[in-house]
Amino acid sequence: MVEVPLGKDKIVVRDLSIYYGNVAALKNVSFSVKDREILGVIGPANSGKTSFLRAMNRLNDLDLSSRVTGSILLNGKDVNREMDAEEVRKKVTMVFALPLPLPMSIFDNIAYGPRRHGTRDKKRLEEIVEKSLKAAFLWEEVKDRLSSSAMKLSGGQQQRLCIARTLAVDPEVILYDEPCSGLDPISTAKVEEAMFELKARYTQILVTNNVKQAARVGDRIAFFLMGELVEIDEADKIFTAPRDKRTGDYITGRFG
Amino acid sequence: MRRLKELIIEKTILLNGFACIFFVVLIFFFLAKDGLALFRTISIRDFLFGQLWNPIAEPPQFGILPLFLGSFLVTLGATAISVPLGMACAIFIGEIAPRWMRELLKAGVELLAAIPSIVIGFVGMTMLGPMVKNIFHLPTGLTALTGSFALAFMAIPTIVSIMEDAISSVPRSYKEGSLALGATHWQTIYRVIIPAASSGIVAAIMLGIGRVIGETMAVMMLTGNASVMPRTILEPVRTMTATIAAEMGETVHGSEHYFALFALGLVLFAITFIINLIADAALHRKRK
Repeated sequence: MVEVPLGKDKIVVRDLSIYYGNVAALKNVSFSVKDREILGVIGPANSGKTSFLRAMNRLNDLDLSSRVTGSILLNGKDVNREMDAEEVRKKVTMVFALPLPLPMSIFDNIAYGPRRHGTRDKKRLEEIVEKSLKAAFLWEEVKDRLSSSAMKLSGGQQQRLCIARTLAVDPEVILYDEPCSGLDPISTAKVEEAMFELKARYTQILVTNNVKQAARVGDRIAFFLMGELVEIDEADKIFTAPRDKRTGDYITGRFG
Repeated sequence: MRRLKELIIEKTILLNGFACIFFVVLIFFFLAKDGLALFRTISIRDFLFGQLWNPIAEPPQFGILPLFLGSFLVTLGATAISVPLGMACAIFIGEIAPRWMRELLKAGVELLAAIPSIVIGFVGMTMLGPMVKNIFHLPTGLTALTGSFALAFMAIPTIVSIMEDAISSVPRSYKEGSLALGATHWQTIYRVIIPAASSGIVAAIMLGIGRVIGETMAVMMLTGNASVMPRTILEPVRTMTATIAAEMGETVHGSEHYFALFALGLVLFAITFIINLIADAALHRKRK
């Protein structure tokens, strides 16, 4: 893991545009994400939030009609030109909107990533699984049934399992794509609690439709609208004195 | 008036649905009636485990073991060839090929299914037979292996199209979930997609086998039709289907030989029924 001093830029985005066919989902966006902060990304549908996330860990590569210009630097290295996709995805993992575990046991779900990256030792895997589940606040609930199917967990548990799964590959950045959109308030609180705990070690980017959630967990907030970055600032400033009128309108619920 | 129309349409559809099942049951009873008649004169044991099939001997011999083994060998060979090929093809079409090539390949595979079996038999006889003969230095190229090759090509379309369906119906989120953890494309295919599609894959294999066992024309042309106990796959064999096709025309209605062929058909029916049942069970497991 590359040590970046706290508060320094972990990710630098320069002139990033993303096109699907001829449609631009993101237009010339530049900003940076600081090490070990939680960046909340808000904005209405079609604002380019998810496209940005998918460009971050190169899942956009799967869509053959997509095209990315500009650059994303992770620790100063261009993710599209200086790293291969597997390397990027191991360092920048993603938690999806729908909590979808892989169709295997709880243990195998967590061990899936480390195994693919070459960890075979059973003892070591058991350590990783326990550590990851504890970090995602799931250990106590599942420790007695690690070999049962992950599909049998509740929605909130599945989402925390997905977080544990990403932690197991020892990433540097965790992306969340509306992670609580399908969860009840209690499960949501647990997921948010896990995110707080993870701040000590990871840089986190949270895309959410829930402005209040962004306010609760975000250190800084970025507001996207129609593929443009309208404003990015400390959460306090965004929510009390936004510089752009559109930001204020969105936050107070006048549109979106 | 409108309700009457609804009622008539509904009942017609219902009737059609039942007709399908009714015909199958009818066919089964028809087979069973004449097939079971054989066992009035010959014991089931002699029929199933007798090593000699010779209807014109005195007394006639109706042991189906050589025919059963013939079918078994040809099917085994065809499965061994078609399953790996079909699976690789299905994975390529479903996961790896770019979209334009995917459409092209799917159309090609469907075209392969449209080739009449007599044409495959014809090509096999003139091309495959001599090749097998030369490669293995055999007295004749018409062997179980030759039949296996031809049948493999007939099973591949079934296997590929059902497997490809199973593979492309694996939720996208499984694939993305795996890739997002830094797994490579192949790791994702091997560890996530194939296990998730396994029930469809099993069903595809079983239906492919079902297709092969029931095939008659190509095997009749290619396997040499010698009703002897086969020892290797490089010898001529005779399958159950080919026996029925070849001998039905020369039996006397109601004779022992006639009943024996029906009993053979009954065995064949039972085998394909079991295979379809397994395929169905596999597909069903997936839906749960």
